Amino acid sequence: MHEHHHVALPGLLLLAGLCGYTALVCLPRRRRPWPWWRTASWFAGLGAAGVAVLGPPARGGFVAHSAGHLLLGMLAPLLVCAAAPVTLLLRGLPVGGARRVSRLLRGAPAGALTHPVTAVLLSAGGLGLLYATPLYRLAATHPTVGLLVHAHVFAAGCLLTAVLVGPDPMPHRAPLPVRAVALVAFMAAHGILMKVLYAHPPAGVPAGEAQRGAMLMYYGGDALDLVLLVLLGVQWYRTAGRAVSPPRAAPTGSPAWPRR
Amino acid sequence: MSAGDAGVSGGDRGTGGTGGPGEVGRNIVSGALLGVGVAAFVDETVFHQLLHWHHFYDRSTPAAGLVSDGIFHAFGWFATVAGLFLFADLRRRRSVRPARWWAGLLLGAGGFQLYDGTVQHKLLRLHQIRYVEDVAAYDWTWNVLAAAMIVAGLVLLRRRIPRGA
Repeated sequence: MHEHHHVALPGLLLLAGLCGYTALVCLPRRRRPWPWWRTASWFAGLGAAGVAVLGPPARGGFVAHSAGHLLLGMLAPLLVCAAAPVTLLLRGLPVGGARRVSRLLRGAPAGALTHPVTAVLLSAGGLGLLYATPLYRLAATHPTVGLLVHAHVFAAGCLLTAVLVGPDPMPHRAPLPVRAVALVAFMAAHGILMKVLYAHPPAGVPAGEAQRGAMLMYYGGDALDLVLLVLLGVQWYRTAGRAVSPPRAAPTGSPAWPRR
Repeated sequence: MSAGDAGVSGGDRGTGGTGGPGEVGRNIVSGALLGVGVAAFVDETVFHQLLHWHHFYDRSTPAAGLVSDGIFHAFGWFATVAGLFLFADLRRRRSVRPARWWAGLLLGAGGFQLYDGTVQHKLLRLHQIRYVEDVAAYDWTWNVLAAAMIVAGLVLLRRRIPRGA
């Protein structure tokens, strides 16, 4: 009975996410069709999160946990952000509702939350707390704590990705150089934490397993950080291109990453 | 060689663009960033992954070394990507200047390697180049190579480029 909740709750949330997005895509509000690859990205992103929370990573040892962490904290957020859910919501809602959402986005609390420093602290700080304190063990033994940790990892990953490279409207978005520094700071924190984890396994994790897990997260994290760096570079290249040749600045091919 | 291609139209003086000193700077910065990135990448793949001379983490590294390594590892990735995008931008503006760009590359790579070989390996005792009896020979090779790259970069930077060449 108790066990069921910890499968049912995330399962239901993911299902609601899939249904909600599909419903918004299918709304006959605009003539311009919603890009199919964004919908595919949403499904893939929630699928990756589902595998991490409900699949093998949730039941295996530390190496499986590490793989799940990469899926939930980095890959899923990247795919979810590429799906531009806020843009879809804004164009799907009636005018009054859309106005309320955009007022929320413009507000001071949203500004504080979407500051790169907040996003880096929430993601890297959460990572530090998880492995440097008994939290990892607590999460492994208490399903409710485990669920909260999963929720935080996913939410913090989404926030960081959205703040750095997200295509959705963000009125308080930090300038590109600030975002670049934030990303490098996050990458450095990530790398340092994984090396500390390599040398000091969390309580209850055998050393060999901790080392394999830490290296998986280190190199896997590097690969996904590289994707973020390239997306940031693409944004810079497009912005700089507008100054070079205004009429031809926007390439007409299918964009690697959504433009606003 | 892509760097040569791009600048072929105007020798070392870009034909398009404004041709101001800012573009020389951009060429050097682009090359230097990529140089740092390449040096960091070679260090990671060749010495850590292929030869296994360096350890992932040898556990005796003090905190300062770990932090320095973490920052440079992250900055290495950033520098690679930023250097390449800057280069793409220079090509788009037709203002690639190969000599300046290569000078920047050598300075960046040599500078990073010298920092890695002196501050990180020795001062912060991050890890050694190779875990052998006589590490001094490796240290000298490493740092002399780094210094040679810096000197070559400076020579290239100082060299007068004939107009219209």
